[in-house]
Amino acid sequence: MSANPAAAMQTSRAPGVAFILKKALISALVALVLFSLMIGVRTEAGSDGQLTYWTRFGDLAMMVATVFGGSIVVELLRQWWGPVGTVRIVPPQVTSALSLAGRLVAPVLLIFTFLVPVIFYNERYILDLGILVLTYVMLGWGLNVVVGLAGLLDLGYVAFYAVGAYSYALLAQSGIPYPHVSMVPPFVHVDFLQLGPWAFWVLLPVSGILAAFWGVLLGFPVLRLRGDYLAIVTLAFGEIIRLVLLNWQSVTGGPNGVSGIPRPTMFGIPLSPGDDGLAFKLGIEFSPTHRIVFLFYLILALALLTNWVTIRLRRLPIGRAWEALREDEVACRALGINTTTTKLTAFATGAMFGGLAGAFFATRQGFISPESFTFHESALVLAIVVLGGMGSQLGVALAALAMIGGFELFRGLDQYRMLVFGMAMVLLMIWRPRGLIGHRAPTVFLERNQAISSDLVKEGHG
Amino acid sequence: MTASSPTTPLLAIRGLRAAYGKIEALKGVDLEVGAGEIVALIGANGAGKSTLMMTVFGRPRARAGKIEYDGQDITDVPTHEIARLRIAQSPEGRRIFPRMSVAENLQMGADATDSSEADRASGLERIFTLFPRLKERMAQRGGTLSGGEQQMLAIGRALMSRPRLLMLDEPSLGLAPLIARQIFDAIRTLNRQDGLTVLIVEQNANHALKLAHRGYVMVNGLITLSGTGSELLQRPEIRAAYLEGGRRG
Repeated sequence: MSANPAAAMQTSRAPGVAFILKKALISALVALVLFSLMIGVRTEAGSDGQLTYWTRFGDLAMMVATVFGGSIVVELLRQWWGPVGTVRIVPPQVTSALSLAGRLVAPVLLIFTFLVPVIFYNERYILDLGILVLTYVMLGWGLNVVVGLAGLLDLGYVAFYAVGAYSYALLAQSGIPYPHVSMVPPFVHVDFLQLGPWAFWVLLPVSGILAAFWGVLLGFPVLRLRGDYLAIVTLAFGEIIRLVLLNWQSVTGGPNGVSGIPRPTMFGIPLSPGDDGLAFKLGIEFSPTHRIVFLFYLILALALLTNWVTIRLRRLPIGRAWEALREDEVACRALGINTTTTKLTAFATGAMFGGLAGAFFATRQGFISPESFTFHESALVLAIVVLGGMGSQLGVALAALAMIGGFELFRGLDQYRMLVFGMAMVLLMIWRPRGLIGHRAPTVFLERNQAISSDLVKEGHG
Repeated sequence: MTASSPTTPLLAIRGLRAAYGKIEALKGVDLEVGAGEIVALIGANGAGKSTLMMTVFGRPRARAGKIEYDGQDITDVPTHEIARLRIAQSPEGRRIFPRMSVAENLQMGADATDSSEADRASGLERIFTLFPRLKERMAQRGGTLSGGEQQMLAIGRALMSRPRLLMLDEPSLGLAPLIARQIFDAIRTLNRQDGLTVLIVEQNANHALKLAHRGYVMVNGLITLSGTGSELLQRPEIRAAYLEGGRRG
C-alpha cells in the first residue's frame, strides 16, 4: 500500500477509466450487432406483397450511443456502491459533496414541504397530491414501527386505517355514547354527547386509541407467529375488518359507506364562508383553498408527530427492544425482555398511527366506504416501507413521494403505468436490496456521534 | 477471592426433567452451583447440556423437579423475569443482534433489569477492561464483528445486567484456540475479581475442566459423573471419551 493515499488514487485512476471505457465499448459493440438488424434495417411487406426495406442508421447510432453512455453510468454507480476494495474513480471531493448533500436532504425536504402551500397556493391539484403523499408518508411511518423496527410482517395494516376512519365518521355523526341512569324503565339509557365544531379534535385521539386497541386484539392471537405465518394471519385480519364494514349495514352503512362526515375545524372555528367562519373572523375573503391548505398542514403535523414519536421511542429501551426482537427473539428472552408486551406495544403503536391517519382521511374525504380499505392499500404502504429501507424514516418518506408522486407523474402512460412502476421497483431492488436508505442510524452513542460508513456495514445477506 | 467447596448453593437443580414433545432431553438431573464457583458441565452433542441451561430460563418448562436460586424456587417463574433475579445467560451460538451497533447490543443487556445510568456506565467500564477490543468497535454493527469479538460481545451483553450467576453455553465454539483462551481468561478474571458465579457448558472438556472448580459430566440427559475439575481430568473414562478419544479409537 502506498503511504500517500492521494498518490495511490492518482495512479489507480487511469486503469479504472480504461476498464470502464473498454467495458462500455464492448457493450456498445454488442448493441450494434444486436440492433443493426432489429433497428438498422426495417423491412415491411409492400403494397403488392413484395419485400420493401429501408435503413435507419440514425436511430441505430443513437441506440448504440445510449448503450455506451448508459454502460459508463452503470459502471460508475457500481463502483460507487461497490465493496471497499474497488478502485474509486469518483474524486473524493465529489464524494464528500454528495455526502453533505445526503445530510441536507431531510431538512431541505422538510422546509420545501412547509412552503408547498405558499408556492402552489393556486394549484389545487398539487395541494391535493401533497396531502395524499403526506397521508402515505404517515401510514408508512406508522407501519415502519411494526415492520421496520419490530420486524413483524403486517399485511393487514389497512384494517387500522379503516378502524380510525370509521371510528371518526360514526362517532362524529352520532356523538359519543354515554350511559344515563333514570328512574323510569329501562333505567339505563344511552345518551349521545354531541361534539359540534370540536368533533374532529376530540375524536382524533379517540380514533387513535380505538385503532391501538384493535392492534392489541390482533396482536394476541399472533404472538407466537413470525414471518410468513404472521403475514397470512394479518392479511386475513385486514380482510375480516373490511368484510365486517361491508356487511354490517345497520351500523356502517355497508357498501354505501358513511357520508356527510364533519369537516375539521381550526380548533373549533369552522373553515366555512359563514359569519362564524375563519375567513370572516380574520377579515379576509373566503376561499375554498383555505381548507385545503389547512388540511395540508394538519396531515403534515400528524406525520411529523408520528416521526417524532418513533424517533423518541427508538432511543428508549422499548424501541431498542423492538429492534432486538426483529434481530433475535431467543436472545431477547435470554436477556429478560418480555417479548409479549414488546410485540403488543409495537402492534398498538403502529395501529394508533394508522388510526390517526384514518381519521384524517375520513375528515378530508367527507365520505368513506369499504372500497377505500382494500388489500391494495396495505400492499402499497408495505411497498413504501420496504422500498424506503426498513427502519429508515427518511427512506420511507422518499419512497412515499416516489410511489404516490411517481404514480401521478406517469398518469399519461395509461395502462403502461404499472409496467413502468413494476420495472422501477425491480431495478431498485437489484441495486438497493435494502431499500433506498438501507443504512440504519445507531441510537446509542459512546462519546461522540460517529457516523458508520456503509462500507463497514455490508454483510452480504441483504 | 477463591471459593472452594459449595457452602450455600446459589443454584440448585433437583430431579429436573424436561422434554421437547415426546423426546425427553433431561431425565432427572441433579446439579449444584455454589456461590463464587465456576462449574463446568461437559458432555457430547445432544447430551442435554444446552437444554439444562434453557430450562433454568423456563424454555422449555420443567416437567418435573425443582430449580432453586438463592433459596427461592424459580421453576415456574416466567422467562422474562428470570433475568431480573440477576441470572444472565449467553446463549448457544452467541446470538448477538447483528444489525444493531455494539453499543446498542450492550445496552440491551441492561434494559431488562431497570439499570440506572451509573450502573450502565460502570458495567461498560468493566467490560472494556475485560475486552478492550469492544471499545474500539462500539459504533460498528454487531454482525460485522469477528467470531471472537461476537463472543466477547455476547458475554459483555450478559454482564450488563450485573448478574450474580452467569451461564455460558459453549463460549469457545468455533473460535481459534488463542481467542478461546482469551475468553476463558476473562471468565477466570470475572470469577476471581468480581466473585461472579459461573456455570459453563462446554464440549472443550480440557479447557473447561481446567478453568472450573467443579465439573459435571452429562450423558443422555443424566449426570453420570461429578467432581472437582482436576479430579475429572484425571479420570480415565473422561480422558478416553472427551480428551483423547479420537487418538485411541
